[in-house]
This record gives sequence, structure tokens and C-alpha cells, in this order.
Amino acid sequence: MKHLLSAADLTLDEVNGILDLAEEMHQVQTRPVKKLPALRGRTVVNMFFEDSTRTRSSFEIAGKWLSADTINVSGKGSSTSKGESLRDTMLTLDAMGVDAFVIRHSSSGAVAQAAGWVKAHVVNAGDGQHEHPTQALLDAYAMRRHFREHDAEGWAGKRIAIVGDLLHSRVVRSNVLLHRTLGSEVVLVAPPTLLPTGVETWGCEVTSDFDAVLGECDIVMMLRVQRERMAGGFFPTPREYADGYGLTLERLERLKDDAAICHPGPMNRGVEISSEAADAANSLVLEQVAAGVAVRMSVLYHLLGGSDEGGQA
Amino acid sequence: MTTPRVSVLISGATTAEGVRGDLYITDGVFADPADAPAGVERIDADGLLALPGLVDLHTHLREPGREDAETVATGTLAAARGGFTCVHAMANTDPVTDTAEAAEYVASLGERDGHCQVIPVGAVTKGLGGEELAELGLMATSRANVRVFSDDGRCVNDSLLMRRALTYVKPYDGVIAQHSQDPRLAGPGACCHESEISGRLGLPGWPAQAESVIVARDVQLAELAGSRLHVCHVSTAESVEVIRWAKRRGIQVTAEATPHHLLLDTTYVEGFDTTFKVNPPLRTSEHLEAIREALADGTIDTVGTDHAPHARQDKDHPFDIALPGMLGLEQALAVVMEVMVHTGRMDWPTLVARMSTTPAEIGRVAGQGRPVAIGEPANLVLVDPSARAVVERDASASRSRNNPYHGLNLPDPVVATYWAGRPTYRR
Amino acid sequence: MPADSTDPARVIIDSDELGRALARMAHQLLEANHGAENLLLLGIPTRGVPLARRLAGLIAEIEDRTVPVGSLDITMYRDDLRRNPTRVVGRTDVPGSVDDAVVVLVDDVLYSGRTIAAAFDAVRDLGRPRAVRLAVLVDRGHRELPIAADAVGRRIQTAADERVRVRLAETDGVDEVTISRGAL
Repeated sequence: MKHLLSAADLTLDEVNGILDLAEEMHQVQTRPVKKLPALRGRTVVNMFFEDSTRTRSSFEIAGKWLSADTINVSGKGSSTSKGESLRDTMLTLDAMGVDAFVIRHSSSGAVAQAAGWVKAHVVNAGDGQHEHPTQALLDAYAMRRHFREHDAEGWAGKRIAIVGDLLHSRVVRSNVLLHRTLGSEVVLVAPPTLLPTGVETWGCEVTSDFDAVLGECDIVMMLRVQRERMAGGFFPTPREYADGYGLTLERLERLKDDAAICHPGPMNRGVEISSEAADAANSLVLEQVAAGVAVRMSVLYHLLGGSDEGGQA
Repeated sequence: MTTPRVSVLISGATTAEGVRGDLYITDGVFADPADAPAGVERIDADGLLALPGLVDLHTHLREPGREDAETVATGTLAAARGGFTCVHAMANTDPVTDTAEAAEYVASLGERDGHCQVIPVGAVTKGLGGEELAELGLMATSRANVRVFSDDGRCVNDSLLMRRALTYVKPYDGVIAQHSQDPRLAGPGACCHESEISGRLGLPGWPAQAESVIVARDVQLAELAGSRLHVCHVSTAESVEVIRWAKRRGIQVTAEATPHHLLLDTTYVEGFDTTFKVNPPLRTSEHLEAIREALADGTIDTVGTDHAPHARQDKDHPFDIALPGMLGLEQALAVVMEVMVHTGRMDWPTLVARMSTTPAEIGRVAGQGRPVAIGEPANLVLVDPSARAVVERDASASRSRNNPYHGLNLPDPVVATYWAGRPTYRR
Repeated sequence: MPADSTDPARVIIDSDELGRALARMAHQLLEANHGAENLLLLGIPTRGVPLARRLAGLIAEIEDRTVPVGSLDITMYRDDLRRNPTRVVGRTDVPGSVDDAVVVLVDDVLYSGRTIAAAFDAVRDLGRPRAVRLAVLVDRGHRELPIAADAVGRRIQTAADERVRVRLAETDGVDEVTISRGAL
């Protein structure tokens, strides 16, 4: 694998390979020496043009536990056409001979563009409202562990509701693409103002009636509502949003017994998710965070663990 | 002016109307071939079409201000290579063409460096700010003789200001050329057509209606003012319908389509190649089809290139940040031939009307868009109707490389261009 | 190498012989350790893992006590990772702790010794065993590192271009060791 830019890039075998290895990597977190030598001598640059403590530290730990040299670069100030061009920024660091870039950018497509300019491997750590493939992988990892504890059947027939600001969410796009490969069913739930154009072509059930689908889902994934959306006229008030689309205590009680709750974080408690739901026994929120390191170790190993074909020597 | 006038006898060329004959150019006009002296230079134009020089109402020459992207010299050379003998230089330069002095400066650059006639477009509002009218009258009465006013790149969004502009330019026989974009429905981040593709790619979309709501408002304001409106770069089926309605009603509205909105659809943005970022954005095939039909039936009066050169550093950004715009002068005729003529939608006389006669009339440009006939100014493009070539962006005369047709196999028609008797391009 | 230079594979250890070799190894280990006390058998994937299980079974029969068995994947510790396409990583599954245990590394074939060197690094990251022993079914020589096995099923003389292949019922459906000459 040269790059991981989109969840759609991965075949079913590749997804399973990444998730299986993540299980092994997960064990490393419990060892006295949390270190594997696989990426010794490799340099991974975390380029975060947009702040994200959670994702950046998760990638940084993943790299360090695989013995890669990790460097964090914050690429602020490139949000206008007046600043240094993205291409120049990327070429400058690429010329230093790094092995991989982990890139977060506020613009959709920026990571794919960067991959076209550099010799190093590129991992998309979230581009605008486009994709966040490692988030979808770690979500799937947490879900898979949850399912295995409850029944041995695979993804077929599993029903996953993704609820919230679908319009601006890169998490939903990567999840939809990944679950298309895995073969599970996705139900998309949002107020009509927060549905992306063309969402009806995504191959998912789409509804604005959360209560109608709530009781039949195996996973309910709640998406964060950005505060600035409230001023954008997408919905009147947080209270009204919570009433229609929040995982309230009442809705929590109506979930199936073995259903689980996901949230990619950070959570707005009281808006899209109640505290009761966030802290419920069937909440996978902290498992998702723990899975983040293991899944990202697995992704980095898949990209950098072998010889480079067409990459840097 | 770099090229002197020549005397030349062009033999065996065919006019748009299908009449074959010889053309004699001397002293900047077409003269009687019988008067050509024996030793005059002769060009064999057997099999070539002799069309009037093309006229563009919508060109960004970038000078003054962004000479690293284009200059009057390079932009007009690209125009000559595309068969144009006249271009209108849009006002969004630095400084903005919003005074008589600025307009005269652009005109003087054209006289000094131009490979075709350069006519400045004046800004509608000061600094393109959308708040106060620019000195429309002084620009009109200046030596630059401005008749077309546009804030192109931005929409004159204030309805009252738009009404005033339309009303004010009447005594000068001016026309307001509007960039129709509702700034709320399609804000600064809107970077591609709002569709299934924008939804999937997570790119902020620009709905078709953000254009047509402004067109619908403006045609009514033009009716109210009894003045002339020109709709720049029409890109949607809805706008076409509104313009068709307005024309039926007798409103003085004209409209232009760009080559790229005739040929390229929104699927080109899928690779996030910023070459294909343009404003208004590339639309879906349904819209393309409506634009083609409207250009054929005259609802859309003219082709405007919206030639918009950009330096590499302004395009090497993420898609929503990179500057919008693409080149157009060199391939405009090729695209119109490919989409309209070779498909049988349009004959050659209609192409001449859309690309030469009508834009000259809209811009009130004397001496352009005239027939290829004895006594007329020798503005001529010799066209090989069957030649084709793969477009190579590095072969451009433009200083910029944001050519959306790179790699496409298109007609390669222009054999030679004469501007008032000057050979400005010879293959 | 041309295909016609490849000999047909020759069986050097059959099923019965393989059983006897394992029994010998179990006895060697118990002798050296003065019993089964503190033993922790770690098989190196792929075929070291079923071998370790069988050894544990034999030891249990002889000593009438169970010894813990696990697997130790050494892929990420290999010194040739960068020379090959990305390798699939096997399972590491260590019952309990390696601290103060007598870890017995179990592998099918001992050749250059590089796998075992990588295994030392892997064990060190898991803790501090009292001792590390090595049990291999076949020792084919050609060591590139100063490593020797404590329990060996069979030592065989090989040429560098010969290939020794262990098949086990658990992974391959049959118990046998073959040798062939030439390309893979």
C-alpha cells in the first residue's frame, strides 16, 4: 500500500488485514515495554494544518511504539491563497527525505493533492469534509470487538445508524465507504438541512426520523454538532436539535439490549449525546480512543513495514 | 504595436457563407484582388475558411498587477493564436479599472503591446467593492471609450445599486455585464457545482440557482431601467430559461457562454485538480446541453472566453482555496467547432455571429465583427476546418498553464490571424 | 534458476520418525531443566506453534503436569523487514508473564540463526526470563550467528541451495520433513 487516502481504497482483505493486525498491536499497550522495532529508522511527519490533539497524539504514539521517528509540524497560515502554497510546503519537507506524512487539513481533497506531489507515503488523517479513513477503521475495530463479544456472526445484517451533521462530516463519508466494503447496513439520520447533496446515491437508508430506526440498530454512532452550525441556520437551537436528533436518556432506554454507542469525539454532552448515553455500559467511546493507537500502528506498519516500491529508498 | 501592416493576396479561401475567392489585404483593409500588384506576397488558402477576426467580451489580461500570470503582450498573443482580433480586458486588475485614467492606461498598454485590439472594461463599482458606483461616465467619455462595465469576479449584489448602474449608463449606450452569483447561496467557499459529486467529495457546493436568481432579478431591473444587461458566463439551464423569457418580453438582455461550460462537466473536479476550479463552476451534462441549445438558437448571443490565467502558486492550493479560473482564448474556436459545428448544431455563419459580429455589437466596437468584404477592416482568421491536435499546455502563448483542455484531442483550426492588416499569428 | 535444476523433494523424516524426534526433544528439555519447573514454551509462528503444543503435551505425559504454551511472533523484529514486501504479522500470545520463567523458544528449522536472534529481542521486550532455551525439530547448519539449540530433533547436513521443509498435521495435513535441491 502506497497511501491511505480514502476508505474506498481498501479491499475487504486489506480491511481485515489491518483490523487483525490491530488486535496484535492492541496487546502491545498492555506490555511492560510498549515498543516494537518494525519501523526503526523510519521518519513519520505528522502535518496538522488543523488542530486535533486526539488524532495527532494517537498517530504520534502509534509511530513511536513502532520505533519510527515522529515529528509534528503544524501547518497553520496556509488557509489562504496568499500564503505559501500547499505544494511548496509539502515539497520542502519531502526533500528532507521523510518516509511518510500523516496529514490533517481543513480543505477537502488537500491530502490527495499532497500525495500527488511527494515521494513519501501519505496517510489521510482527515481532509475537510471529505474523509477520515483511520477513524472509520478504528470505529470498525471497536464495533468488531463489540460484536464478537455478543455473537460470532460477521458484518452481514448488522445495522449501523450514523446520526447528526452528515453534511460537514468526514467521518460519515469514510464510514459509509468502509461499511460498503464490509457489507453491513448503514442508516443515515439527520435534519434535512444537514444532509449532503446526493446522499440518496450513497446506498444507505436516509431518514430524518431518528425514533423510527432507533430500536433496530446494532450500533448508534452519534456525530458531533459543531457550535458554528447553530449560527448557520441549519437548525434553530441546541435544545430543538437534542429533541430530534440527540441520544437522550429516553432514546438510550429504547436501544436494543446488545446495541452499542459510538462517538468519534469530542462530545457535546447534552446536545447530540446525553451524559447517561456517553457513560453507559454499552458506550464504546473509550474503546474507540484506545483502538485509535492500535489501528494506526497497524496502518503505519502496512504502509512502511516492508520495502518501498516506488517510494524512497 | 509590434507587427507592421502588410500587403498580401490570399487565394482560394472560402467565406463562412461558402463563397470561394481571393482576398487582397493592403493598408489595413480588404481591397479588390484585381488591384494586387504582381510581386505581392501570396498565400494559398485552398481549403481554408476566411472568417472575420473573433471578438471576446470577457478576457482577463492581469496587467496591471499580476504580470507574473499574464501581460497584455502574452494574453493578446494567445488571443491572436486563437483567431481573436479584439478582446475586452476585464476590470479586476490591480489597480482596478474604475477610473478614466486606469481605463486609458489599459488602452495604452494595448496600443503598445497588443497583438489584437484591447478594449478596457470598466468596473461598475469603486474597487469592485459593490457599494459605490465607479466613474462610469468619465470612463465612457475617456479616450478609452468604455462601453462595457462589469465587476466580473464579483456580483453586483445590491439590487438598488444594480438598478442605478443600469439606469446611469443609458446615455452612454453602455451595458452592465453581470457576474451572476448570489453571495449567500454561493459564498466565497463554494468551489464546485452543488451535486452528488460535491456531496461525496465534501466540497462546498455552488447551486445552479445561485446564478439564476440573480439573472431573474437583473432582467427585471433591466426592464425597469430600460437599459442593456449582459449576462456573463451563463452556466445553468435555469438561467437560460430566464433569459429566453426576458428576450420574449423584449428586455434588452444579451448573454454569453464560455467554451468550458460548453465542453467540460463537473466530473472533472473529482481528482481535486484545481485547473478545473472555475467560477461559475463546471456543471452537469444537463446544464451543458441547455447551454449548447441556447447558443445554437440565439438565446445565448455570444461566446465569451473568460480567459483567466493564474500563476502556478495561486493554483497549487487546496481546492477550496485555489483561485478560480482557466485559460480559454487559444482553444475557444476549437471548442465551439467541436461542440457546435461538428455536431451540426450550428453553421459557420452562425458561428461568425456568435464569436465576432454580435460581441462587437454588444461592446459597440466599430471596425470589429465586420464582414470579410472589400473596404472593410482587414480583421481575418484563416481556419482549417479539419485539422486536429492534442492540446499541450506548455505550447501556450499565455504566461499561465491552467489550461483545462490539456491532453484533449480537439480541432486545431487557426492557420493565420490578421488584425487590421497585421499578421498577428501565422502557423 | 531454471526449473529443471529442481530435484523432487525427498522425505528425510516421516511421521513416525517425527514423533520419536519430538519425544527426544521433550526428554532433552526436561533433563537440562531438571524437570518441568518454570518452563514456558513459546512457539514461533507458523510451525513452531503446533510443535510447542506437542512438546507441552509430551512433557505433560512424562511429568504429569501441564506447562504453559504460547506463541511469539518475531516478524517486526526481523532484520530483513525492509528487504521484502510488507510481511503478514503472526500472533503473539503469551500466557502469564515471561518474568523469571524458563522460556523455551520452539521452531521448526534452525538455519542462519537470525530468526532466533530476533526472538531474543522480542522476548526481552516482554520481560526478563530466568533463562531462554531453544528447541528445534531440524538443525540444518549454516549458522550466521553464534546460536546453538538446547534440544534438537535431528541434525542434518545440507547444502546452501537445498531446501528443508517441515509439514505438520495441524498446518499442512501431514507430518513429514522433506529436502529438495534448487529454487523454491
